[in-house]
Amino acid sequence: MSTETVAVEVKKAEPLFSKKNKKLITNPLDIDNPITVQVLGVCSALAVTTQMLPALYMSASLLVVTAASNAIISMMRNTIPSRIRIIVQLAVVSLWVTLVSELLKAYAYDISKTLSVFVGLIITNCIVMGRLEAFAMGNKPGPSFMDGVGNGLGYGLILMIIAFFRELLGSGAIFGFKVFEAMGLHYKSNGLMLLPAGACILLGIVIWVQRSINGYRESH
Amino acid sequence: MENLINIGIRSIFIDNMIFAYFLGMCSFLAISKKVKTAFGLGVAVIFVLGITVPINWLVQNYMLKEGSFAWLGADFATVDLSFLQFIVFISVIAAVVQLTEMAVEKFSPALYGTLGIFLPLIAVNCAILGGALFMVGRSYTLPEATVYGLGSGIGWMLAIVALAGVREKMKYSNVPGPLRGLGITFILVGLMSFGFLSFLGFSL
Repeated sequence: MSTETVAVEVKKAEPLFSKKNKKLITNPLDIDNPITVQVLGVCSALAVTTQMLPALYMSASLLVVTAASNAIISMMRNTIPSRIRIIVQLAVVSLWVTLVSELLKAYAYDISKTLSVFVGLIITNCIVMGRLEAFAMGNKPGPSFMDGVGNGLGYGLILMIIAFFRELLGSGAIFGFKVFEAMGLHYKSNGLMLLPAGACILLGIVIWVQRSINGYRESH
Repeated sequence: MENLINIGIRSIFIDNMIFAYFLGMCSFLAISKKVKTAFGLGVAVIFVLGITVPINWLVQNYMLKEGSFAWLGADFATVDLSFLQFIVFISVIAAVVQLTEMAVEKFSPALYGTLGIFLPLIAVNCAILGGALFMVGRSYTLPEATVYGLGSGIGWMLAIVALAGVREKMKYSNVPGPLRGLGITFILVGLMSFGFLSFLGFSL
């Protein structure tokens, strides 16, 4: 991340927090959301959301990987031969994923056990590859970094919404804190929410609500 | 033998890549509008999974696992390269996909026409890397890993062809505006996943 700021200072281009760059962060939160609009990175969004804490760690890991590899690929973009770009991108991404995964194993072992293979699968997470192809290959490191952060946040937002409802309805808790018991209510947990089927239907409903609000329509 | 059949059945129906683990969802949602293209992608996935899972098994057991270099001498007996797992696996997958693409292009132009465009997509399909990682996690033997790879591929194809069939019919339904497209597709996948729940607890 420090390398990225250096690059911006040297080039004396637009400041990092210009209006255009701010758009790169705010757009993916709503009208250009990676999950609900671009349909990228759906696998992990459904698989790690049974509880909020692992979902939070997952979002943070993805944010780091997307932002860092966006910045690095963007610095190398003029020297990568286009025929082998996929494997170059995969190498950079898997470097960051290996780092993140080793860090999680060292400092948050329980969480890394819960996430199991899904940390490794960030490599093939379509958000990372999709943003590299669509943005980092054609833009300067500064904006690419911001684009990575924005898409990481957009992914995290949807992840947290789904995880909130799944944990609340599925086990009556928020971040492991038993809400209904604390209020003195009896709540029979709804096991459906913890199953894959519940997650799919919940995501469908989230998309429905979001599109009713922002007016985005698809013609089949 | 019975064990192999059991693993095959499990990986197709019970531990289905899509309905139980959500792996390969991106291409599953993007390429399921027509049955024909869905079938093409499905065949390509079976092919790549069937090859890469055994290759990655060999890589894992003869290169990455702790002690796999013991034959080089006592100094190498404790070498543990398993932290390189992700980067090696994904390189193997990308290389196999690239090679397959070239081989198919050379020897069967007709097949390349139908399969070719899907092959580069498959390198970044989570189901392929997921298959390799699950194979390590469950410590399969080589024959088991091969059956598991093929079975997962067949399960994936089954799921995408079924969804494409449903989506072709959905074109004629009157879906509420905001739910159209992606929204209704997710709800459909959820309902299909209910169906696959009924396989839970099957064993041979």
